[in-house]
Amino acid sequence: MRISALLPSLALAASFSVALPAHAETPAEKGLAIATEADHRDLGYGDSSATMEMILRNRAGDEAAREIRVKSLEVEGDGDKSLIIFDQPKDVEGTALLTFSHKTGDDDRWLYLPALKRVKRIAGKNKSGPFMGSEFAYEDMGSQEIEKYSYTWLRDEAVDGVNCFVIERVPADPDSGYTRQVAWIDQAEYRVQKVEFYDRKQSLLKTLTAKDYQQYQNKHWRPGRMDMVNHQTGKSTTLLFKNYVFGSGLSERDFDQASLNNAR
Amino acid sequence: MNPARAVALGSALLLASASVAADESRTKFSAALSAEGRGYLHDPAYAGQNGAAASASLSLEPELYVEWSRNTSATITPFARWDSIDEERSHIDLRELALQQRFGNFDLRLGVSRVFWGVTESVHLVDIINQTDQVENIDGEDKLGQPMAMLSWTTDAGVFTGFVLPYFRERTLPGPDGRFRSEFTYAQNDAIYESSDEEHHVDGALRWSLSTSLFDLGLSYFNGTGRSPRFAPRVTTSDPGALAQLLDQLGLAGLLGQLAQGQVDDVSVDLVPVYDQIEQTGLDLNLVSGNWIWKLEAIYQDSRARDYGAAAGGFEYTYAGAFNSAWDASLLMEYLWDSRGDDTAPLPTAEDLQGNMLPPQQIPPLFQNDLFVGTRLTPNDVASTEFLAGVVVDLDHGGLFASVETSRRLGSAGKLALELRIFADAQSQDPLYLLRDDDYLQLEYTHYF
Repeated sequence: MRISALLPSLALAASFSVALPAHAETPAEKGLAIATEADHRDLGYGDSSATMEMILRNRAGDEAAREIRVKSLEVEGDGDKSLIIFDQPKDVEGTALLTFSHKTGDDDRWLYLPALKRVKRIAGKNKSGPFMGSEFAYEDMGSQEIEKYSYTWLRDEAVDGVNCFVIERVPADPDSGYTRQVAWIDQAEYRVQKVEFYDRKQSLLKTLTAKDYQQYQNKHWRPGRMDMVNHQTGKSTTLLFKNYVFGSGLSERDFDQASLNNAR
Repeated sequence: MNPARAVALGSALLLASASVAADESRTKFSAALSAEGRGYLHDPAYAGQNGAAASASLSLEPELYVEWSRNTSATITPFARWDSIDEERSHIDLRELALQQRFGNFDLRLGVSRVFWGVTESVHLVDIINQTDQVENIDGEDKLGQPMAMLSWTTDAGVFTGFVLPYFRERTLPGPDGRFRSEFTYAQNDAIYESSDEEHHVDGALRWSLSTSLFDLGLSYFNGTGRSPRFAPRVTTSDPGALAQLLDQLGLAGLLGQLAQGQVDDVSVDLVPVYDQIEQTGLDLNLVSGNWIWKLEAIYQDSRARDYGAAAGGFEYTYAGAFNSAWDASLLMEYLWDSRGDDTAPLPTAEDLQGNMLPPQQIPPLFQNDLFVGTRLTPNDVASTEFLAGVVVDLDHGGLFASVETSRRLGSAGKLALELRIFADAQSQDPLYLLRDDDYLQLEYTHYF
């Protein structure tokens, strides 16, 4: 039921009960409440699609561009379904990745290889691997279910003049590439503004910033731009989102294996 | 398929689709142009094969995709290749010319198209809808376009698909100059069919498949013209009297042996493809568990030639973040079995000669008790580098087939691919022995438009 991904669901995930408790909260309760509220505010998006330009930069500043289309379907009671279709570079045009994410356990993934017309099952356990050679890992792109982390509120702090909650989230999955993440979520609209990712050695690995938010259907906020900087390699990746469409009536049929053949 | 018929069918499909509302329409054109160079590591084994140590080839595959709405689309994909040494490898094909239409839970595809079934890496037993374009690559993954009407019904209990296949495509086979053949050349234009309808026999197929978090399961049934030909040796001479004399002296087996060595004048043998009517039932299964994917393909085939079963099963284990890096490293292992074992039919005798034809030969299966071990390495780099290496070892005879494929992106619209194939240690009763001198290294650059 949470947003998928790619569509910067980096907001957080959640269960239904929301209201902030009145008694004195522990930091864990407050962290969970913030994550829950962020999730709650994005419930009911139904389906969405967008195009995404990905710009990969190496330490020397050389750039490579990718273009993909992303479709997402909200699934009640479970993680979202997403279909990613590659348009650029041209050697992978028509390649498509179908993902059924789950609140707990591994995602289900199928990769469509257009040259062979083959749908190939791929192991869903690999979360920490890079997505298309970028600084985004699969787990950064995936459906951000509330069950995937435990939360602690750290403090309130402004980022670029925007008042934020700062919460720590610790991945529940031992296969995560991170020991923890620190997220800045704005207090007005509960949108992710910044996330720091700490690797398995507890060192700061990457920083994500999200900006150019726009609201769709008077409810759902999506960033127009996300930047992921890898502090250890000096590489970075920018995602530019365009052509967001919500509620276009996508159904499960648009996320089945038969649909992969027409994913162009 | 007859090109004129294909074009007529395509035009009809396009006209039919053009009436669909046009406001969501989308057209995509793309093309892949490849230049390939091959170096052979040995001189050819047989008389007549081109002795050049290297060959060059160009291929072009344009594709036009038109989508009138989310539910209606058409694809046109012609293909052409030119090869410097094998005129049979220089060929054209219509890979796709099909209309796709979705009605609720039904998907209809009409026209020439391609369909893949299967899960294993080393062999493709279950995959039977399309004929193999054998001259493209010996790996059997290139397929000819197949005329079809295909209807799929998606339900909570899986996807049910029916196929009507009104026209049969003959397998492409190397010409006299080409590599990857036996000592005798193929008579690809003289194919013989069991069915009197020949290539117009209407074949049918059914498939049910179900995917869950734990598994992907497919069951399939095919009834029609088998895609793999048998071969009937055909003896030709201008002097039947001399042939009869030779047969008396040498027996047929002896004669064939001498012919293979080019020691007999005025008598030639070529191999006529024979296409039998078959029934084939297939199963394909992926079991997914963490980093493991267990795979199984199994078939049972029934025909006048022989009933047999074959299976391939194993796993792919992926170690993500291998070598403390962004690399994914996979280990692949598959066991390959065929009930025909290494039986060879008794060598033909002169009594088997009917006219100038011998009965179709039972070529033993290539992989009857074999083990495939391989690795796939993916650095997840910007150039999308991939590396796949594997070896199939014959546990009965020790023959070995090794393959290395690696590729990377070059620039923003190019791809460079390297392929090495080695056939080693095969004994003479192993079909792999026929390819013993065909080891090659291939470099291919593909530009995408």
